[in-house]
Amino acid sequence: MSDLTWVVPMPVVVPLFAAGLALAMYRRPSAQRIISVAALSIVLLASVTLLVVVDDGPLVVDVGGWAAPVGIDLVADRLSALMLTISSAVTLCVLLYSLAQANDDDEESAPISIFHPTYLVLAAGVADAFLSGDLFNIYVGFEILLAASFVLLTLGGTGERIRAGTIYVVVALLSSVLFLVALAMIYAACGTVNLAQLAIRLPEIDPGVRLVLQVLLLLAFAIKAAIFPLSAWLPDSYPTAPAPVTAVFAGLLTKVGVYAIIRTQTLLFPDGRLDDVLMWLALATMVVGILGAVAQDDIKRLLSFTLVSHIGYMVFGIALATDQGWTAAIYYVAHHITVQTALFLVVGLVERAGGSTSLTKLGGLAKLTPVLAILFFVPAMNLAGIPPLSGFLGKVGLLQAGVAVGTPLSYVLVVGSVVTSLLTLYALVKAWNKAFWQTPPVERPPVRLPFGMVGPAAALVAVGLALTFAAGPLYAYTERAAVALTEKTPYIDAVLPDGQRGKGVSATFDEDDVAGATHGTDEGSHG
Amino acid sequence: MIDMSPNLVLVVTIAVLFTVGVYLLLERSLSRVLIGVILIGNGANLLFLVAGGAAGGPPIVGVTPDGEMSDPLPQAMVLTAIVITLGMTAFLLAMAYRSWQLHRHDEVQDDVEDRRIARLAAIDELAVADSDEEGPVATLDEEAAEAHDETDEGHPAAAPAGEATR
Repeated sequence: MSDLTWVVPMPVVVPLFAAGLALAMYRRPSAQRIISVAALSIVLLASVTLLVVVDDGPLVVDVGGWAAPVGIDLVADRLSALMLTISSAVTLCVLLYSLAQANDDDEESAPISIFHPTYLVLAAGVADAFLSGDLFNIYVGFEILLAASFVLLTLGGTGERIRAGTIYVVVALLSSVLFLVALAMIYAACGTVNLAQLAIRLPEIDPGVRLVLQVLLLLAFAIKAAIFPLSAWLPDSYPTAPAPVTAVFAGLLTKVGVYAIIRTQTLLFPDGRLDDVLMWLALATMVVGILGAVAQDDIKRLLSFTLVSHIGYMVFGIALATDQGWTAAIYYVAHHITVQTALFLVVGLVERAGGSTSLTKLGGLAKLTPVLAILFFVPAMNLAGIPPLSGFLGKVGLLQAGVAVGTPLSYVLVVGSVVTSLLTLYALVKAWNKAFWQTPPVERPPVRLPFGMVGPAAALVAVGLALTFAAGPLYAYTERAAVALTEKTPYIDAVLPDGQRGKGVSATFDEDDVAGATHGTDEGSHG
Repeated sequence: MIDMSPNLVLVVTIAVLFTVGVYLLLERSLSRVLIGVILIGNGANLLFLVAGGAAGGPPIVGVTPDGEMSDPLPQAMVLTAIVITLGMTAFLLAMAYRSWQLHRHDEVQDDVEDRRIARLAAIDELAVADSDEEGPVATLDEEAAEAHDETDEGHPAAAPAGEATR
């Protein structure tokens, strides 16, 4: 193991520190901008480093030097490093976009002094949730990012945003309480909330209790990930926020829930007793979501529904519970984060050029701004899964994995995902025709889109294309990640080298205490 | 071995807190929802105490002998959870206040889709009533009001629906 472990906490520590600094500099917007961009660039750098380094094995940091099962540990394995890299690239692009937007007009981004610190806290929370090797710390990560998202969603406090924010906040708090209850139950059953130790102890407890714990955790994460019966909050709350905020929410927040599901399903509950249920939920999410998108007339709401719908693909991959399924699901998450964020950023530009997001009011944008047309067309086709693009590769991976499993249910899902893909194409082509080709109801004056906004959006579209060109190595990487998830041992061994304790200090530790199952002799460092 | 049988008083309290909390969460007024969130949050915190096993002495090395300590870990987690709930409560309060500033009430409003469906339903009712014999207008309005579950009468989004029924 190299001594690069100091990089592991960077994606959490740097944005948090920068957030404090940015808040202190609230009178100097230019300083805030420099701080935010620098911090998120460092995070991106650290994430890429981790992505390369952890390919040889997970890196573990016992925070504060406290040994793992009692102390909190941060673990960077292939899955979390990949998630971190994609998410930090996306957050950086969206930040640059919002900077240009704030430069260009100060209509939507009035409380800019709040925007930067909150945005950085959001980045820290996302990174914490990805890196944490401790279930309670995942909860804390969720709360950090949720608190930040509350502020970002209600930025400006207009009536419409307060209305949308109310629903979002109440639903989010409910899922947090469910998560907390699940944590208490897990602690009561296993005497630990450390993921690695849970992976050892959970198979030993009563199967019925284990099922209850699994359902509780899935319930909490499914609300966050917007899986069908629990997804109604999403299309209602996201579209009202400013374009960059919607973009980063759509890209990251639901995927944190998906990540948590992948992590717990593979590490804690590998027996797969709920896989059939998850399959049905995946089907319902895909079909109901996309039917919602087809019915929409507002392009932002349309995209929010496609977001819900495509969460179904990831759940499908997870529910297959094979290496192939997980490989495809992880690749699909990476693809979907970039594409969905890019689309929302482009829609922000569409709103600026066309003056509206309603498809009946838009028109003739292809003639007005050809660049925008290309920027919309590429990720839209990517999302629908048109052959050479990464969306196609991800979907083919899922279909192959589904066929390989070969049960009637998995074939139903395969058909369902093809139908969903076609309906996605239909919804997006409809949006394309109406916004870009139809004769504009009202002639719009030609607008010059600020390069600072087009640039980051174009960069994200390019990342989406890069996922296509680099699909071979990336798919191999996600495959290695999936294999490590199935084996579980690399993760557990990295966290608990001797099977009981991490590498940090543990005060009065002797074998008898552990044997007697008294988990109460060490100072906890939670809190 | 710590005695893991839970304290009955705690369990009953948790049950009551959750029941009342869920009831309040289903209310329309944001301040009641807020109280519901606080109650449920406290229920979850107590659940952690139960999860930590029976109470013992303060978990400080040198003060209490090893076997008689309380489990400090759930207490640390509860502390974290309390702090988080405090923050969230403050935010909810601010939002309820802002809602009151804007609308003079803090009710959670219908979402856009609900309102659109209610509006369409109201228009549909009119069409059916027209094709039939002349229906009394009062009933129609009542039905629209019933379908349109909005509490503030003068809300701009509610106005077109009200106009359409007339």
